[in-house]
Amino acid sequence: MAKIVAGIATSHVPAVGHAVDSGKTQDAYWKPMFDGYEFSKQWAKDNPADVAIIVYNDHASYFGMDIMPTFALGIADSFAICDEGYGPRPIPVVEGAPELATHLGASLIMDDFDMTILNALEVDHGLTVPMSLMYGSPEKWPTKVIPLPVNVVMNPQPSGERCLALGKAIKRAVEQFDGDLRVEVWGTGGMSHQIQGARAGLINLPWDIQFMDDLINQPEVLQYKPHLEYMIEAGSEGVELIMWLIMRGALGDKVNEVYRFNHVPASNTSVGHLILTPKED
Amino acid sequence: MKPNFEQYKDIPGTTIFTIESAQKGFHLNQFCMSLRDAKNRERFLADGPAYLAEWDMTDEQKQAVIDRDFQRMLDLGGNVYFLSKIFAAEGLSYVQAVSTMTDMNPEEYQQMMINGGRNIEGWRSKKERGEA
Ligand SMILES: [Fe+2]
Repeated sequence: MAKIVAGIATSHVPAVGHAVDSGKTQDAYWKPMFDGYEFSKQWAKDNPADVAIIVYNDHASYFGMDIMPTFALGIADSFAICDEGYGPRPIPVVEGAPELATHLGASLIMDDFDMTILNALEVDHGLTVPMSLMYGSPEKWPTKVIPLPVNVVMNPQPSGERCLALGKAIKRAVEQFDGDLRVEVWGTGGMSHQIQGARAGLINLPWDIQFMDDLINQPEVLQYKPHLEYMIEAGSEGVELIMWLIMRGALGDKVNEVYRFNHVPASNTSVGHLILTPKED
Repeated sequence: MKPNFEQYKDIPGTTIFTIESAQKGFHLNQFCMSLRDAKNRERFLADGPAYLAEWDMTDEQKQAVIDRDFQRMLDLGGNVYFLSKIFAAEGLSYVQAVSTMTDMNPEEYQQMMINGGRNIEGWRSKKERGEA
């Protein structure tokens, strides 16, 4: 059977992608942040996954305002890289995992999650920047990917409870797949940041650290945190953190904290990163 | 469940993008989406008003775009990820564009971020600030 072997959480700042693509990762501004991912790159090499289910949001890159799915799932053979306005990032195309993705899509819909199914999708920095952080700049990505876009841009976003429950349904679906696959679930976005209005630039590192602790130790409580609190305490864009709950739900009750990293700032954002593995009982 | 968009209005200096904004700002945001195409970016930069004339936006929305008044665009239903296509077309970063919505210049804003970002104390509630 397929198995969820790890959960990865990381922020997904567009400027980080630009720093990778323009060879600036060793500049004074960027080096402390990229150094924090050195452990993770080695860990990813030592613990290769067959498929990563990457929970992310599109930032007006592929989806316009004509269609705004709450939860979607990419089931294609491959996913091209979006032009987000600066030209597409010069990185390899992202390879899909259609067999697991179709199984997962069907299973989630039968489990009452009304997924929007994407046979065509181009992916943006929300998905590709985490891959660059975990894998560097390879000629070909080392893992196949199932993109799972979530609407976090337009309020109302899905509730925390719904996100945690979706993660649990992903775990059930993966474990019912006939195939011996090592599967990871990634939750991306956050942590505190606000990129609009007079309050832009808001960072709330103590809140971010508490969020990480709660995600690890008491997701069943954390799921009830209202969106209003994310918006006040972590900034209008901090609500992206509900996507980490989907990752957490897929790991089961207890987890091991393999790695944790925080850094302020990357551009306008408080960067947070976790590697978690399910704790077998 | 009954929606409650009012609850977001007490957050100072913040415009929450809701399903109502999405409806009101649809054509403004779709114009922004068109700038994902390099050819459209060229046409827009060459003659903004002519390019905007092709879109079913309100005059206020068009003027806000011409003025590069991002706060006004947010107020008229724009979403910042969509609006980012306007400043991306001009080669500006998020930091450069976002700072224009604050009371800082880009250099001051960048320095605030390097110093750890905007502290939340005093920024939780308009009522607390005496703004409401
Ligand atoms: Fe994001």
